[in-house]
Formats: sequence, C-alpha cells, structure tokens
Amino acid sequence: MTTLHDTAPGRQIPDRLQSPLQRRLKSWETLLLLVAIGIFVANSFASPYFLNAWNLSDATFNFTEKAMIAFAMALLIISGEIDLSVAAIIALASTAMGAAMTAGAATPMILLVGIGTGLACGAFNGVLVTRFGLPSIVVTIGTMSLFRGISYIVLGDQAFRGYPSDFAFFGQGYVFWVISFELVLFAVLAVIYAVVLHLTNFGRAVYAIGNNATGAEFSGIRVARVKFILFLLTGLMSGIAAICLTSRLGSTRPSIAFGWELEVVTMVVLGGVNILGGSGSIPGVVIAAFVMGLVTFGLGLLNVPGIVMSIVIGALLIGVIALPRLWSKWRAA
Amino acid sequence: MIRKLATRRETLLLGALLLLLAVIATRFPGFVAPSNLADVFNDTAPLILLAIGQMVVILTRCIDLSVAANLALTGMVVAMLNVAVPGLPVAVTLAVALGLGAALGMVNGLLVWKLDIPPIVVTLGTMTIFRGTIFVISGGDWVNSHEMGEGFKAFPRAELLGLPMLSWIAILALAVFSLVMTRTTLGRAFYAVGGNPHAATYTGIDVGRTQFWAFTLSGTLAGLTGYLWVSRYAVAYVDIAGGFELDVVAACVIGGISIMGGVGTVWGALLGALFLGVIKNALPVVNISPFWQLAISGSAIIIAVAVNARAGRDKGRIILKSAEHAT
Repeated sequence: MTTLHDTAPGRQIPDRLQSPLQRRLKSWETLLLLVAIGIFVANSFASPYFLNAWNLSDATFNFTEKAMIAFAMALLIISGEIDLSVAAIIALASTAMGAAMTAGAATPMILLVGIGTGLACGAFNGVLVTRFGLPSIVVTIGTMSLFRGISYIVLGDQAFRGYPSDFAFFGQGYVFWVISFELVLFAVLAVIYAVVLHLTNFGRAVYAIGNNATGAEFSGIRVARVKFILFLLTGLMSGIAAICLTSRLGSTRPSIAFGWELEVVTMVVLGGVNILGGSGSIPGVVIAAFVMGLVTFGLGLLNVPGIVMSIVIGALLIGVIALPRLWSKWRAA
Repeated sequence: MIRKLATRRETLLLGALLLLLAVIATRFPGFVAPSNLADVFNDTAPLILLAIGQMVVILTRCIDLSVAANLALTGMVVAMLNVAVPGLPVAVTLAVALGLGAALGMVNGLLVWKLDIPPIVVTLGTMTIFRGTIFVISGGDWVNSHEMGEGFKAFPRAELLGLPMLSWIAILALAVFSLVMTRTTLGRAFYAVGGNPHAATYTGIDVGRTQFWAFTLSGTLAGLTGYLWVSRYAVAYVDIAGGFELDVVAACVIGGISIMGGVGTVWGALLGALFLGVIKNALPVVNISPFWQLAISGSAIIIAVAVNARAGRDKGRIILKSAEHAT
C-alpha cells in the first residue's frame, strides 16, 4: 500500500491504533527503565560494595538536588523555553542565605531567604522572557553570568561557613533509617509535578504551548502567564535545591553547583523530554535521574574518576536519542 | 547609504565600544594607547576566532556548545604530540590542530545532519565527551612549559610588523570569513538556511549539509585556537578554557547575531568579542575587582539582546513603510 505518508519515514499512520499496553511497552520510559535495571545489575556484579543500603542511600545524593530542578525544567522545556541560569540561582540563593546567616538570622529565616531569592531570580527571568519577548536561551545565559557574578562580587574568594546546626538537617538528615530527607523531598516533589503535568489543566496548557504557542493563545490559554509561572517554579526549585546543597556542604562558595545547568538539562533530555518542546513526562525524568545517579555512583565505586563518568553521561545522552533514530532509518531503508 | 550605515547594529555597537573606551580613558588614559589596545586585541584573539565560528553556526539556527572542549582537546593533543616528537615543525602542528578540530566539528555536524538530533543536545553531549577524552589521553596530567619545544611556544608570540602572530591569525580569519560570508554561495547558504529553512530547501540548498559545514568551520577554528591557546599560555590540562563556550555565545549575542538564525555578520562577532575583551582587560586597570567581570558581562548580554530585539522590530516596520511608498 502506497500512501502519501510513506514518503516521510517515521511518520506513518497505522491502520489500527496500538493497544495501550503495547504502547506502554514500547515507550521511552520502558526503554529507560531497562537501561536503569541493566546498570543496576551490572553495578552489583562489578562491585561488592554496591548492594549496601547505606552506600545506595549515599548514591541518591548524586541526583536528588539536580532532579528537583529537573522537574521544573522539564515543564519549562515542554513549554518550549529553557533556563540555563538554574545553577547560578543556586549560587545566588546560597550566597543570600550565607549573608542572612552572618547577619544573625535563625534557620527559618535562612530558609525563607533561600526560597525568596530563588523566586526573585525566576521572576526576573520570567519577566525578561514573557514581558519583553526575548529568547529564553540567551536571556538565561545572561542571567547565569549575572546571578553568579553577584555571588562573586559578594564573596570573591571567600566563603560563608558556620551554618546553625539545625540547618544541617535539610541536606544531611535522615527521616527513617537510610531514607534521607532529600530523598523524601525528591519523591514528594516527583509526585506533585507528575500530578500537575499529567492530571491538571495547567499541565495540559504546558503541552499545548509547547506544541503550538499561537494555537494555545487562540484557544484561550494565557501563554505568557503560564510561561511566567514556569520560570517562577524553576527559580523556586533552584532555591530549594540551594537549601539542600548548602546544608549538605555546610558552606557557600561562589563556585557552588558550577556546571549543574547542563547536567539538569541532560537529565531532562535523557528522560525523554523533547528539547524542542511539546512532549515528555515526569516518570521519564525520575528514571533518568536514577540512571545518572547509578552510573555516577557505580563508576565511582570502581574508582573511575568523575571526568570519565562525564564521557558516559555524554555518550548516554547522544546514544539514547541517536539509537531509535538509527533504528527507524535502518528499518525504513 | 549613511542612514543605512547609522542604523546598523554594528555601528551602534561600535559606538557603545568607543563610549566604553572613552569612559575607561577618563579613569586611566594609558588604556587607550595604541600599544595597549593592540595588547587587548591580542588577548581577545582566541575569543574572536571562536566567535566567528560560533556566528556561522548560530546563523544556521544551531548552537555549538562544544567549542571550548574542542579547543582543550585539540590543545592537549598537539601539546602531547610536541612532547612525543620534539622537533615537529610548527606547520605540521598547525595542520594537526586544524585537522583534528575540523574532525571534531564534523562529528557534531554529522549527528545534526544525518540523525537530525537537536544541536544543543549534540554539542552538550560532545562537550562532556571531549572533556572526558582529554582526561583519558592525558591521565589527568599537565603538559608544562618546560616540556614543550621552543618553536612550539614561540609561534603565537612571533612578531610581524609589530603585531604578534596570534593577532595576525585573528585578522586573517576575519578577512577570510567576511569574504566567505558575503562573496560565496556557501556564505549565502548559511544566511538562507537560518533565515528560512523551508525556502532554502526549495531553492535547492541542503539544510543539513549546510549546517554540517557550519559545524566543521566552527570546529576548525576551535582546533586552531586550541594550539594557539596552549602555546600562548604554555600549559595544557583538562580544564583549560572551561566554560569558555558561554563567553563565545555571549560575544555573538552582544555582536547582534540573532539566536533565531539568519542575522549577523563577522564584524558583529568581532565587536562583541572586543566588547567583552575590553571589559575584562579594563577592570583591573580602573581598580574594580575582577570579581565584577562576570556580573558585568551578564548584564551586557541582557542589555544587548533587549536592544537587538527592539532594533529588529523597528527594522521590520521600516521595511513595510518603504514598501508602501514604493507602490
């Protein structure tokens, strides 16, 4: 049967829709889950120290903070925007918390300052993108330098140290046995974001904007407002991640979380979110977070230096996107 | 003609640059002495070279985040080659740097062209892979000054007519690329692909292949800069030029090159790079802590993109008006 669609490979319209089960089995999330399980099994054979509750618990710190930001970033990327300033927001929020601490603030006030700074930075990005209509990739490259630049102006080569002891809970505390506070926060946020994206009108609007912003506008979605909220959320998540990271490290330097923006974007893209917007899911991002955390941790146990792990992460990023495309090309040929 | 020149982004930017120099001159007149300006140009030459390549890539609606990693990897390879084969002529080193840089750029280009993977994803991935590869081949060790040959280190400093070779190479690249961009079909194709990919396809331009050449050119320049960087600073290690890719993109944005593709010139890239270079070199002179540099260049990017967006909109209206008058 020759139809018009046959000329465009990969865009064939099937005679019959796949059953939901079949669709689920062939989905990106399933593929990624298999990769995650494969890595887990390979790791447990490669190192005798891998299958240890405390070691695995430690491993979660590799991704929890980044994943919190990745949830909000996933929504932002699905809507067709991007925020490269997230790591810089962490630096600025952490610096603000350090300044508040030096001024004698107690833990609740420090938390408020961290979250407030994150929200303010997100609002700044949001206003520049939605009010002035500037491309988000350029705006956030600019604010990335600006936010971290302010940290450098405040701190120079100094550091803030001596956070109050009850502040340490957010990055070092355990809720139950090996389950850290960060892991619980990660799980709670994952559920919240999954519900918001997949089960609410707001989530529908995010997809609609990413697929066709003009169409969304005409169907009554306030595109600028939704995008502004998404930037605000990304700022908020960066503020929360800043609290966890600062509490875990116990100090603030202006170089804190350097280069994280690219790791967060990698996590989101690895999770199956289309970098061009319009599709993606929170479960995918959650699995991607575990994949990245497991790879980093497993190779770490084998004494592979961090920089070599980045080769694996980079190859994973390109590989998981290239392989399905190669496969469909090969099948079309 | 004059009005057209006066409303050009490049003219506006040149004005801003001269104003910046004037402000610096009031605090420290020595900064605008010709010899010092030549030093600033020389110091900015690597950024200029990379910004030219990045401009070509951005013109075609792509972005190359792997340039700094390409630079560092090529730099490490030529440095290790120089240690392994001490008497290697500079011409061979240059050829290796250009060739390796081009090959790394082609990897990006092929992934974008043949597999249709978004450029930001491709170059994000290759960026980390290139950096990691440096560690693998060097074992994390540094190649230090005393291990490098004299000829290897002397090349970028060799003076010709009072300017070091590094500056001359930047000038040569500016000349060649301004010719390529304005006087060749390939140059036209870069603008056409970025301006309107569909229309470009209908006029017989292969969009993917054009993007492939853009990445190849960007990679070639990054490789060349890799050798110049390593020989100039006489050291090679894993993290050289870390984060430099964002400076390069910043230079392009400040230079009025539209991230949406299709708009930009070699001179814009030059002026954008010089703007950042002047700020970097002027801060210590006028007694501002170098820690201010990051925040200032960040603000410059935001202001530049806001001004450019506005200028772009005005230009659209002017075109409409003149079209109305014509009919």
